[in-house]
Amino acid sequence: MALPELEPAVLPPEAERLREEVRGFLAAARFEPRCDSWLTGADPAFSRELGARGWLGITLPVEYGGHGRSALERFVVIEELLAAGAPVAAHWIADRQMGPSLLAHGTPEQKRRFLPAIARGECFFAIGMSEPDAGSDLASVRTRAERTRAEPTRAEPTRAEPTPAEPTPAEPTRAERTPAEPTRAERTPAERTRAERDGGGWRLTGTKVWTSGAHLAHAIVVLARSTPSATRHDGLSQFVVELPSDGVTVRPIRGLSGEHHFNEVVFDGAPAELLGAEGAGWRQVTAELAYERSGPERFLSTFALVRLVCSVAPGAASGRLLGRLWALRQASLAVAGALAEGRAPELEAALVKDLGTRFEREVIDVARDRLGVEPDPVSPDPAARLLAQAVVQAPGFTLRGGTNEILRGIVARALEVG
Amino acid sequence: MADDRLLRETADAVLALDEPWPALVEAGLAGVGVPEEAGGSGGDLADAAVLLRAQGYHGAAVPLAETLLAGRLLAAAALPVPPGPLTVVPGRSARRVPWARRAHRLVVLDGDRVAVVAPDDVETVPGTNVAGEPRDDVTVRGELAAVPCPVTAGDVALRGALLRSVQLTGAMRRALELTVRHAGEREQFGRPVGRFQAVRQQLAELAGEAAVADVAVRAALRTPGDVFAVAAAKLNASRAAGAVADLAHQVHGAIGVTSEHPLGALTTRLWAWRDEFGGEAHWARRLGELGRVPWEEVTRTGGPPPEGATVW
Repeated sequence: MALPELEPAVLPPEAERLREEVRGFLAAARFEPRCDSWLTGADPAFSRELGARGWLGITLPVEYGGHGRSALERFVVIEELLAAGAPVAAHWIADRQMGPSLLAHGTPEQKRRFLPAIARGECFFAIGMSEPDAGSDLASVRTRAERTRAEPTRAEPTRAEPTPAEPTPAEPTRAERTPAEPTRAERTPAERTRAERDGGGWRLTGTKVWTSGAHLAHAIVVLARSTPSATRHDGLSQFVVELPSDGVTVRPIRGLSGEHHFNEVVFDGAPAELLGAEGAGWRQVTAELAYERSGPERFLSTFALVRLVCSVAPGAASGRLLGRLWALRQASLAVAGALAEGRAPELEAALVKDLGTRFEREVIDVARDRLGVEPDPVSPDPAARLLAQAVVQAPGFTLRGGTNEILRGIVARALEVG
Repeated sequence: MADDRLLRETADAVLALDEPWPALVEAGLAGVGVPEEAGGSGGDLADAAVLLRAQGYHGAAVPLAETLLAGRLLAAAALPVPPGPLTVVPGRSARRVPWARRAHRLVVLDGDRVAVVAPDDVETVPGTNVAGEPRDDVTVRGELAAVPCPVTAGDVALRGALLRSVQLTGAMRRALELTVRHAGEREQFGRPVGRFQAVRQQLAELAGEAAVADVAVRAALRTPGDVFAVAAAKLNASRAAGAVADLAHQVHGAIGVTSEHPLGALTTRLWAWRDEFGGEAHWARRLGELGRVPWEEVTRTGGPPPEGATVW
């Protein structure tokens, strides 16, 4: 197969108007810009503020509390937030992939339960993929899903709901909850009773690791083996577990600078509900990856340093970074445009992530050279703090969401080499 | 142009020929991108880019970009475009003018004036790039019958950089295809070399560099007068050219370094074109000057192309 031709996207005028709104908000917002803010900068109050302004769940349908806007409009909002180094980690996974995934695979009841809360910035998600013995080889996951009732689940995704057809209003106590308090996504009493009675029909047993934000999340989506006899990609399904939950233990895994965003999540017979079709887990997960891999967070994690270098030490080195950034953004936008047209540019998404994440690291070396500071996480100099954040998080840039070696393998396979 | 697919297919067929120029003229393709009223074949820069990509893809030795540049320059100055291969000489004396000794006419840009001169009216010191294409030092003899011209030497340099970028992306695409094919066919240790992870990683790297450069150049084509966009496009195309040539040769092994092998016609052009109209360092310096408020610059060029901003 030849290299596909990726047409650059053109941002519609409404997206550019949205950009001005977001810039106006960011200019007045109070937060310290940081590197890698989409993974390590969690601030639930900031997330709720974005939700209140209509900037979460942008592409979700209005009937589910979303804003019915285009993927390119979402691109503009998130690139502005990322470039500003805003603390967007709390809602990032829910907004980026669980919203679209629930919309595509969830039951009507699941959509009503989760999507409006995601759009308000009140329901954060974690993703349970990697395990102690399953990293790059994701298909070897061992977390087990067992049925707790005999009812056939083939009809599960579209089963008739006992709840009213109209979306249910939020629980009145919701707004009174403090951000740190783990909350459940909203449910009607009838739904709660059913969920607590049968736990959604499944129980999970196993351990997930490197689960970012599980300690803040209201729910976790888990890839688990639902058919023990099936091998590899077959027999995997996606499940949702609301947090906190019986049978789920979340423990911190501290990062290199002692920071807490990773967790180990242990499931010990935890009640779980199926997301999408039984046995379709692998297909559903890989379909999410084009969204997950090609977004602007794959080249903007160290943008705060780019901004600094360009303003205090402009020259060939800063220009080289800018030229590269410009091109990577165009590639990322082109993938977003292709996704919006209903295509799934897997190869291009993998390329964007491979080159984008390496760019994020190149930035560090230019900044080290041009800024004349040493990385120091507690320095009064913001440049030293940004550099420290970037240096310590940098190994993760080329690991998370599929290592660059795995990505290049995907590219080679798509090119039909050998 | 009416039909993009037809244009692509015709361009591809013609530029695959050993001596494409007569066929290009015959098919009216040598004047694509130059207004019909000026004597060209009509069509816009996007149509011309289709041809230039095909030229790069086939490594065709024809002054298509140069003739386009000269034709559009003359049209902007309301001068008729003479037939035959043309080139722009940016000053009364200029170094490394592409295809000067093979041009039917030379378009001399002297400050804010332009003149068309015959080869006999200039002194030419021949030079050649590593692909064997003429790159000659040119000095104009005598007086010029020049007319006012709205296009500056800086405009020509910018447009030249964009056109070379397009050519580079065509050559990179073919280099990738040849390399992927070779990796699938060449067997060592009892299996195609493309089965080895080390080689697969190189192919992916090659594809990545080529793909990012390609989309950057396509994006810049929408705003051809925007210095930031064109600078970024050339920077990426030139950077990718070096990486692609290195990787393509590494995967081909010694088989790729003979003049019989088609890869050489591409990689020699990649090495030559990446430096012409400014290499990575040149454009990096420009971007550094222009991008002191970087995010505003980077995001300025995502929207629809400005209307009527392109004078030529």
